[in-house]
Amino acid sequence: MSSKSRSKRKPDQFDFVDKGVNDSDSSESEESVYSGLEEEPDTSEEDQEQSSNQSDNDSSDNDDDEDITLDDKSGLELSTEQRKELSTASDDELNEINDQRYTGNVKSQNRKQQKQITVKTADRPDEYDYDSSDEEDIRNTVGNIPLEWYREYPHIGYDIEGNRLLKPEKGDQLDEFLNKMDNPNYWRTVTNKMTGQNVVLSKEDLGLIQNLQSSKHPDSMAENYQPWIDFFTHEKMIHPVTNHPQHKRSFIPSKWEKLKVGQMVHALKMGWMKPTKAKTEEEEEENFYMLWKEDEESEITRRYRAHLPAPKMPLPSHAESYNPPPEYLLTKEEEEKWQNMEPEERRMNFLPQKYPSLRLVPAYKRFINERFERCLDLYLCPRKPKIRMNINPEDLIPKLPKPRDLQPFPTAQAIVYRGHSDIVRTISVDPTGQWLVSGSDDGSVRFWEVSTGRCMKSITMETGSLGNMCIRSVAWNPHPDVSLVAIAMGQTVILVNPGLGDKMVTNNTDNVLHSFSPTEEESMGKKVYADWSSIDTSDKRFENGFRLLLQHPKEVSQVTWHGRGDYFASVMPKGDSMSVLIHQLSRRRSQNPFNKSKGMVQCVLFHPVRPFLFVATQRYVRVYNLLKQELSKKLMTNCKWVSSMAVHSGGDNIIIGSYDCRLSWFDLDVSTKPYQTLRHHKRAVRAVNYHRKYPLFASASDDGTVIVCHGMVYNDLLKNPLIVPVKILKGHAISHDLGVLDCVFHPSQPWVFSCGADTTIRLFT
Amino acid sequence: MGRERRKKYEKGEATAFMSRNQAINKLQLTLADFRRLCILKGIYPHEPKHKKRVNKGSTVHKTYYLVKDINFLAHEPIINKFREFKHFVRRLKKAINKRNKDAEQRIRNNKPKYKLDHIVRERYPSFQDALGDLDDCLSMCFLFGTMPQGARVHMEYINHARKLTVEFMHYIIASKSLRKVFISIKGIYFQAEVMGQQLTWVVPHGLGYQHPDDVDYRVMQTFVEFYTTLLGFINFKLYHSINLHYPPKLELDAATPVDENEENMTEKERYQERLSALSQTLRSLDEGGGEEEVQLDEFPAVETDDPDRVEKAKVEAEKIKKLQNLFKGLKFFLNREVPRETLVFIIRSFGGDVSWHKSVAVGATYPESDESITHQIVDRPQTKNQYLSRYYVQPQWVFDCVNNTSLLPMESYFPGATLPPHLSPFVEEAEGDYVPPERQALINRQLGLQEDSGV
Repeated sequence: MSSKSRSKRKPDQFDFVDKGVNDSDSSESEESVYSGLEEEPDTSEEDQEQSSNQSDNDSSDNDDDEDITLDDKSGLELSTEQRKELSTASDDELNEINDQRYTGNVKSQNRKQQKQITVKTADRPDEYDYDSSDEEDIRNTVGNIPLEWYREYPHIGYDIEGNRLLKPEKGDQLDEFLNKMDNPNYWRTVTNKMTGQNVVLSKEDLGLIQNLQSSKHPDSMAENYQPWIDFFTHEKMIHPVTNHPQHKRSFIPSKWEKLKVGQMVHALKMGWMKPTKAKTEEEEEENFYMLWKEDEESEITRRYRAHLPAPKMPLPSHAESYNPPPEYLLTKEEEEKWQNMEPEERRMNFLPQKYPSLRLVPAYKRFINERFERCLDLYLCPRKPKIRMNINPEDLIPKLPKPRDLQPFPTAQAIVYRGHSDIVRTISVDPTGQWLVSGSDDGSVRFWEVSTGRCMKSITMETGSLGNMCIRSVAWNPHPDVSLVAIAMGQTVILVNPGLGDKMVTNNTDNVLHSFSPTEEESMGKKVYADWSSIDTSDKRFENGFRLLLQHPKEVSQVTWHGRGDYFASVMPKGDSMSVLIHQLSRRRSQNPFNKSKGMVQCVLFHPVRPFLFVATQRYVRVYNLLKQELSKKLMTNCKWVSSMAVHSGGDNIIIGSYDCRLSWFDLDVSTKPYQTLRHHKRAVRAVNYHRKYPLFASASDDGTVIVCHGMVYNDLLKNPLIVPVKILKGHAISHDLGVLDCVFHPSQPWVFSCGADTTIRLFT
Repeated sequence: MGRERRKKYEKGEATAFMSRNQAINKLQLTLADFRRLCILKGIYPHEPKHKKRVNKGSTVHKTYYLVKDINFLAHEPIINKFREFKHFVRRLKKAINKRNKDAEQRIRNNKPKYKLDHIVRERYPSFQDALGDLDDCLSMCFLFGTMPQGARVHMEYINHARKLTVEFMHYIIASKSLRKVFISIKGIYFQAEVMGQQLTWVVPHGLGYQHPDDVDYRVMQTFVEFYTTLLGFINFKLYHSINLHYPPKLELDAATPVDENEENMTEKERYQERLSALSQTLRSLDEGGGEEEVQLDEFPAVETDDPDRVEKAKVEAEKIKKLQNLFKGLKFFLNREVPRETLVFIIRSFGGDVSWHKSVAVGATYPESDESITHQIVDRPQTKNQYLSRYYVQPQWVFDCVNNTSLLPMESYFPGATLPPHLSPFVEEAEGDYVPPERQALINRQLGLQEDSGV
């Protein structure tokens, strides 16, 4: 084993020196060359060298200690053989130091003496002077076995005579420590596992180990750059290297190649294969040229006229500076808040920071991310042109018109009309504005002169024949040439000629009514909804002014005239499919426009100019076209229960009062939902009304007030109506939880009449 | 006998839009290729007014493109190149897996290439359009031009972007069109006025890149691919507009001896290095020197609408001329710790001379010991061997001078001094906004100066 290792070292050392010796008998095979080397142990030179090294060491050992450093003492692992070599090579001094540990080891002592002798006596010692054989040095004869097997025994093996080799005494840890502290050679002391003894490595050993560690030749003296000897020269020699005969394929043309060439030739002939062009440098580099020579748009790019360029990134502010003014830096709390916010919510996507000088500014970590996000924005975000209006914020605040501009409107109570003994439910003004008619729960209808407040006439209904004597509704015919008042009482609608004002008008009215002669065919064929009966001149009631009676099947709650004065409509809330009837005065005929009930009808109104009929049920207002006989609009009032309704004289705007205190303004051109809703009343709204000429409307409520509002409607369709509440008119007292029940504007003056549960009628001017 | 009822979603909004998947199916592309195509062609999604109607009643969120846009994309010849490239990759993979080196080499040599010239022309019909959209292009190119080599980005993109940005900076220097500069914590912002358009771009701070993980570099590369083409054509046009050679030629290239730094470089590399030093002027097309600038004749105030306008324009022009020659006659020397390229670019844009130690980079023109140096830019608390004949200032001085269009007093910028705050020149305070006191002081000073000069 050990001899083999030694012999292995030798060829390395004397590789090519020996070659010359062996050259003559070396055979041609590689193996033989190397084996030849192996066979030739040549120790003479090595020994010589070793001894010379030794002699060198003797002189220079002490001062060279520092030069040799072993990085890793504990990691040092040497094979047994190596260690033995090392131990043989150790010099005197080392041996002296280790003297006590070698006690009982005669051979080593002998060796030491021998060495001393050799060192002292001769320059060139004889190679057999000392024992160089490894074999003899082996005292432990256990062989190549793991020495752990002896771990538990006091001995470490057996010598050649079979005696136990005792383990050398080992000190405890304290000794070890002292040794470590005191012994200058502690760092290069290793334990021989075979003998359990400590060996101090010599300088050469250390050098050798270092060489091995740094993957160099172990022997520092070895020549690394020997001249190259070309054994298998590229030059053609007379004799072949091998004696093998050449293979057949080396002198027969290849069939495979022939096939391939044939294919290529065919491809060339057919033009499938083309010679590759050599690449020029210009091709690889991009060539730029004058792309925008003429700034004309080509056909294909015309679509890009609608191209929206992406908005530019915002420019940095002071806060982004590397050295911002201190007020831009965040405080601790602000910074914490910033950290806790979601990245999308942050106002700034960076934390302002201050650096004392430019060289301390680091690279911004999110720079690439921000660029990437910008890229994503560019190709993933939808773009849309946004028309940014330059609006002065002050323009947005609606300007309240001055009260002076809103005038005239009624401001103060002028006249109180007293005379009724019960709640006055309804009033109406004649088209000239001279007379006022009022209907009350006491069963009387009174005619008043507006300017003086005098009761001109009072008609008390006979309770017996007509049942309930409540006057539900009175309406003066709006036509100035007709003097008629429609009175709804119980199931009857009575047309009364009050006989006030111009005599000509009253007489004319009577004459017209008299001259009527019914045409039989018409009245026969159709269903009769209301029973018309005229009152004879001889009748007592004729004196009172009664002209016509219309008997209805159900109780009538409201009558209203068409603007021309020929038609009027009556409402029977409980009449189901017959809840609205339209009567024609000139032909004394009634018709039912609807054959189906759409709910409980609250009130109806004629459109002032066009053939429309507004029908208010509890929650909706339907607008019917009477000519086409169809529904043209349905207004959502958004209130619980509609109480009353009024149409603007233009016909495009209506107001609706409801029992839930609201007043809603509808612009029919704009929407079916309220344009504006006013909630100035505290209690249910009972009546609403427009002024025919002035931009005024009024609402009467159970809280005893009448609220007058300015409601300007513009001819310009783009301009919304202007609605400003201007006056709260108080005066009526509340009785039985009822306040003001009706309000009517004077046809020509900015005056408003109101009637209430306190049995009075009041005029506000 | 009613009319035949029209089916729903057969006309109107429902037919004007197409979801992304529909578009991909129609174009027969992969999603990645579709994205590339959209980026290259500048197609972006559109938000329909009534999503539900477009989506045939469903309310699932989708990305919509205009059908018109997709039809337009379908005519793009580059789509064929994408398909060719797909085949190329397939063949190459096969050759590699078969270890057929010959075939591999042959296939590689026939790699399909495409050009984006026509797309540039199509997206930007006029040069002004292109200039207006240049901000993102410049920022991306400057980012890629300063990126380190790495596995994430192809080297050719980096080199190309670097080359083009250097050319662009040379143009800005030659035309003296830089207007504003600003050091932010994100990078250094520049604003230039080119042919009446304000171009703003940002250059990241020095080195020390950290590649983020949540970034798709393929998307960025596609953008850079288009942007480099665009910037190349813009550079070409810009160079020709001021009579310069394109590709740029250095004035004194042949005369400059080869440095020891440059010995190991090839001819091309050396040239590129010298060019990117920014220290030399470019050679002009006409050797006889540029023609004189046309002076506006003064007209009597015929235009009654604003007689002050001409006067104002003149004052403005005067101001710009003063700014362009801000550093004229000054000789700067840069210490090695300051960001060299940025400062060289700024100083040269405003007419100054600049140099640095020759071991820092190629292209230094004079050594530190030159006695005629007026300013040395230093970013350290103290320096040894100070020369008495020059001022030592911190780099912020250069930036603040540019933004204030005048040479500021240097006391507060001496080495080691606490710097005054660096304010953004891009902020224009409206009435009622907060104005930092330093800014207010500057405005007052400028007003005072102007009044003085007026009197």
